[in-house]
Amino acid sequence: MISLREISRDYGVGDARVKALASLNLDIDAGSFVAIMGASGSGKSTAMNILGCLDRPTHGAYLFNGVNVTNLSRDGRALLRRNYLGFVFQGFNLLARTTALENVELPLVYRGLSRATRHKQALAALLAVGLNGRESHTPGELSGGQQQRVAIARAIVTDPLVLLADEPTGNLDSERSHDIMRLLQTLNRERGITIIMVTHEADMAEYATRVITFADGHVAQDHAKVFA
Amino acid sequence: MLWESVKLAMRSVRRNLLRSVLTLLGIVIGVGAVIALMTIGSGATQKISADIAKLGSNMLIVRPGGQGPGPPGGNDARSFNERDVDALRKGVRNVRAIAPSANKQSTVVFDATSSDVTVTGTDEAYFIAQDWSFKAGGTFTENDVRAANNVCVVGTTVVSTVMAGVEPLGQTIRIDSMPCTVVGVLGSKGQSAFGSDQDNTIIMPLRTFQRRIAGNTKIASIAVSANSPADVKPAQDAITEILRETRHMGKSAVEDFSVRDMTQIAAMMSSTTTIMTGLLGAVAAVSLLVGGIGIMNIMLVSVTERTREIGIRLAIGALASQVLTQFLVEAIVLCLFGGFLGVLLGLGLAGLATVFLDVPFTPDPRVMLMAFTISGLIGLVFGFFPARNAARLDPIEALRHE
Repeated sequence: MISLREISRDYGVGDARVKALASLNLDIDAGSFVAIMGASGSGKSTAMNILGCLDRPTHGAYLFNGVNVTNLSRDGRALLRRNYLGFVFQGFNLLARTTALENVELPLVYRGLSRATRHKQALAALLAVGLNGRESHTPGELSGGQQQRVAIARAIVTDPLVLLADEPTGNLDSERSHDIMRLLQTLNRERGITIIMVTHEADMAEYATRVITFADGHVAQDHAKVFA
Repeated sequence: MLWESVKLAMRSVRRNLLRSVLTLLGIVIGVGAVIALMTIGSGATQKISADIAKLGSNMLIVRPGGQGPGPPGGNDARSFNERDVDALRKGVRNVRAIAPSANKQSTVVFDATSSDVTVTGTDEAYFIAQDWSFKAGGTFTENDVRAANNVCVVGTTVVSTVMAGVEPLGQTIRIDSMPCTVVGVLGSKGQSAFGSDQDNTIIMPLRTFQRRIAGNTKIASIAVSANSPADVKPAQDAITEILRETRHMGKSAVEDFSVRDMTQIAAMMSSTTTIMTGLLGAVAAVSLLVGGIGIMNIMLVSVTERTREIGIRLAIGALASQVLTQFLVEAIVLCLFGGFLGVLLGLGLAGLATVFLDVPFTPDPRVMLMAFTISGLIGLVFGFFPARNAARLDPIEALRHE
């Protein structure tokens, strides 16, 4: 599904040049649930940005579903994100003063779908994350856990191949965190969505099928778990 | 997608209603000024054209006194006499009517009521030259003029002030103690271009006027009506030539009379209106420019405030062009809203002004459409730079923005 080949990413110029990633090689299979761990500055966020096509590597190649997407234009990357990727952030990143339903419909608006189709698909996504009945609530009227569910509904409403989650439980208490992880696990198992998740918490990484630990821009550890 | 942007833009305007309205003041004032000026201007133009029509078509007024500006015919100016008029009747071609006249402010009395009125002595050609119509009765005859009969034609104001409720035809009124029989009632002309009531008038045969009212044989003015607009200029030249001769003026002498083309006077008046409209239009343009800069400013603020939102939109797959469209549409919707308020303001101001200036209120849908279009264009032009800034944001940076 995803192959990173000799990826490096430099920031700054001259003496201030910093290597966030250096010759990173990584393959992720379709249907896997990958947790990425590591100290801050280990390069995991940079890796996520490149995986999410929000950023481009300085060197190396990114193959997505067998297609080299390294040198896609800005709009090309936007279309790739729109059609194949879903994003979940630590801070939820919902549009304020906008209802849950409208938030979930947003990616469909950019796809140019009709109002009726958008409604139908957004309602189905909200149902899938267990938020039926809260369609007309704005983020301000929802708890943190509920807001993150709206964000997940927004990420899956387009039926993405890959869902990228950047510390999805970072702003939630332990109980809500486990709820969200179970939801992600269900989406992974039942819909076959490939999930790549950055987390600091080891017990959240427990839900993943594979745990990758970053250090100094490299993959330091890579454990695959086998489920019965 | 476009409709979504419009809905979003309207929501955004509603959320920041006070800020939006304050920002829009420049546009509102600019558009309001344009609408008000155009509406008042077109009303004034209509009034002036109507006034020209009231003066009589293709009219020339011959008066004693020089050609210069100001009221013609001072006391020392040589007035005309019947010989001058006869010479004009013989010599000027392509004219419908030549009417000598003299007038005086007098008092009219009927029963126990009296009123001040302008009394004019003239002949029957005067009604043709001045385009007077008759509401009742008709003009006095050529015979009345020759015999200096005590007959007169009255204006509607005279009827309403001294003869209210009476059938005026055949009644005898007293003008400066002279009894006079009413033979006709004039149709109404309303106010003149100079603000006097043209209907407060009594018209009688010239000789009757000279003998019984004025006490002299002076002719204060001669009205000449040409057959067509093209005949006005030749008639003007012919009149000048003939009068120079009858008044025994040397070749080098400066004329002691003037031949004025009333349409020239009216055109001068409407050109004044045009200059005023142009000047105030420039003020409106400056206001629109300032308004446009205000729009750019508030859109830049809006883009900065919503950097994170833009980041979210870009992350979930909005194209740069879609973000550009969204903010452009927002600027345009904002400006159209301003244009709408401006049209309301302008119509209100024009409505008030037309009441005070006594000109017709004639709102023009084309002017309103133009004002809307200009507002939209301002949004497009001044909204482009902020919208481009929004579209060029880096999604990672934008998402990190607090």
